Amino acid sequence: MKNPPRPPRVLVAKPGLDGHDRGAKVVVQALRDAGMEVIYTGLHASPEAVVKAAIEEDVDVVGLSVLSGAHLPVCRRVCEGLRGTGKAVVLGGVVPQGDEAELRAMGVEAVFRMGAPFEEIAGWIRHRTGKSSPSPASK
Amino acid sequence: MDPSQDRKVVAESGFEIKPVYTAADAAGLDPGRPGEFPFTRGIHPQMYRKQPWTMRQYAGFGTPAQTNERFRSLIAHGQNALNVAFDLPTQLGLDSDDPRAEGEVGRVGMAVDTLDDMERAFEGIPLGKVSTALTINAPALVMLAMHVAAAEKQGVPASEVRGTLQNDILKEFIGRGAWIYPAGPSVRLVADSIEFCAKSAPKYNAVSVCGYHLRESGATPAEEMALAFEIARAYLDAAIARGVAVDDVAGKITFNLNVFGNLWEQVAKFRAGRKRWASIVRDEYRAKDPKSAQLRMLAGGGGGGLTIEEPENNIVRGAYYALAAALGGAQTMALCCYDEAYSIPTEKASLLSLRTMQILAEEVGLCDTADPLGGSYFVEALTAEMEKKIVAAEKEVRALGGMVKAIEEGTIQRKLARQAYESEKRLRAGETPKVGVNRHAVAGAPAPKVETHAYDSASADRKIGDLRDLRARRSSAEVRASLDAVRRAAGGTANLVPPILEAVKARATVGEICGTLKDVFGEFQEPRF
Repeated sequence: MKNPPRPPRVLVAKPGLDGHDRGAKVVVQALRDAGMEVIYTGLHASPEAVVKAAIEEDVDVVGLSVLSGAHLPVCRRVCEGLRGTGKAVVLGGVVPQGDEAELRAMGVEAVFRMGAPFEEIAGWIRHRTGKSSPSPASK
Repeated sequence: MDPSQDRKVVAESGFEIKPVYTAADAAGLDPGRPGEFPFTRGIHPQMYRKQPWTMRQYAGFGTPAQTNERFRSLIAHGQNALNVAFDLPTQLGLDSDDPRAEGEVGRVGMAVDTLDDMERAFEGIPLGKVSTALTINAPALVMLAMHVAAAEKQGVPASEVRGTLQNDILKEFIGRGAWIYPAGPSVRLVADSIEFCAKSAPKYNAVSVCGYHLRESGATPAEEMALAFEIARAYLDAAIARGVAVDDVAGKITFNLNVFGNLWEQVAKFRAGRKRWASIVRDEYRAKDPKSAQLRMLAGGGGGGLTIEEPENNIVRGAYYALAAALGGAQTMALCCYDEAYSIPTEKASLLSLRTMQILAEEVGLCDTADPLGGSYFVEALTAEMEKKIVAAEKEVRALGGMVKAIEEGTIQRKLARQAYESEKRLRAGETPKVGVNRHAVAGAPAPKVETHAYDSASADRKIGDLRDLRARRSSAEVRASLDAVRRAAGGTANLVPPILEAVKARATVGEICGTLKDVFGEFQEPRF
């Protein structure tokens, strides 16, 4: 076990026009409580702005939250922008099972639906980044 | 749990529920008569016995022609009012051919670019008779103008149009997020619409203040009501500052309230809310007309209570939500649909919600007598507790410097987001029971198969084609002149509805009008989270 230089850094983003941010803000807080460094873009972020923020903030993982159903075009543009950077793109929200194959093909590495346990999301990020968070908060 | 041990029951709003209530708990709590100040028991003397609640399912998708078909189907099934859903580009003031609209045109509601669309959506629907609610906020004035212009074309003058604008922009900054302009100019737009309706469209409700979305964002039932009142005060103050009398504006403001959670707590919330609002309007704003002090409300939405797991259970939840709204004295219901956790409703889901309300109103006796719970020791005691909690939550917002300041600084958004997180943790820990999720859930059950509304991208392409045709057909000089007039009015203090009405008649688009206002007002800057 190596000592990580820093905990995982995560960008949580609300790309596109959907303004339902309760879930995104819940995940931001859960990951912060899990000891990660989390940056939140706010609403109405363009896919290009998400890519730019991910690179400037030097994050390991980009978590996109889309609840309107328009996740395919948005994810495609973010994945294209981040290709080759080694950053993982994951998606949360209302995502039909049938879209999963197409999302995987464009580079989305994981999909977390409504009600996904916080430990599952945090565990996936730790595993993917090979980084453990320092003493996560009690709950 | 050990059945011999009593358990502590605490309502979400933060007061304890006793195992039994007696006359002593309701002593001195006579709620008076329905139809009389302070309207705890309802705003009409006979309530549903005289007229059941209005039924208006939220509907709209794809093109205006597709939406028109759904409207007609709902009306054919006995619905007596409409509630229009707009797609996200329309809600954010973008045209269907804007690059930012990609994938969103007609997806969660009807796509509207110009007056032609509004005329098409209401074809064959008499706008002087069928009351129509427009679920639109930042571009509310544009949709109001299109509604009035479409009615005019049907021969219905503005004075006869029956409608309700959602037009509650302050809640968009807290939940739902369909904002464009900064808070200050946004409130000015609301004041313009109130003034216009007060003077020219007396049958139009200018605002429907949405406790609903505050609750979805993390507010307790008491906070939902209190924050809605603080928002309503901001609109009242802005309209009164324009020189409109309180008795001309208070009646233009209605409320849209949530129903998920403990049934009794919701009923108490509605009853206490009516009492509190009556006192605010009469005693603080000095309204003289008793009607000004009546809290009129739409209820029946409870998205936060619905589950993606075992979605048919949501049909049952919806029926109990309708019961809560009816026992609480709602004027209008738009009942949530069982597939709401997946997408906008299918026609089947929407009609099932309509049938749920009809069964409640016509088969099981909900309309027989006004406020059937009036005088219940429990309900009256709970109503009194709830009123105290509402007043306390109003004070908390005041302590933050008022609603507009709290929104600009993000204090209210952070508070509710923290509460939403805590409530998600309680749900995941099984402390908040959810049948089929953390109670009686079947391990390893396959993902439910639900028939959902399918997005039709071909209709989006048709919509964009229609818009391009229209741009080629209209007089660009007339459009330019009308937009200049909008720009001048926005820069000054004149009411913006009349110039926007001229612009929509010249076939200026939603994107052009909202873009013009954005040039003048700028954009809201979201506080950091």
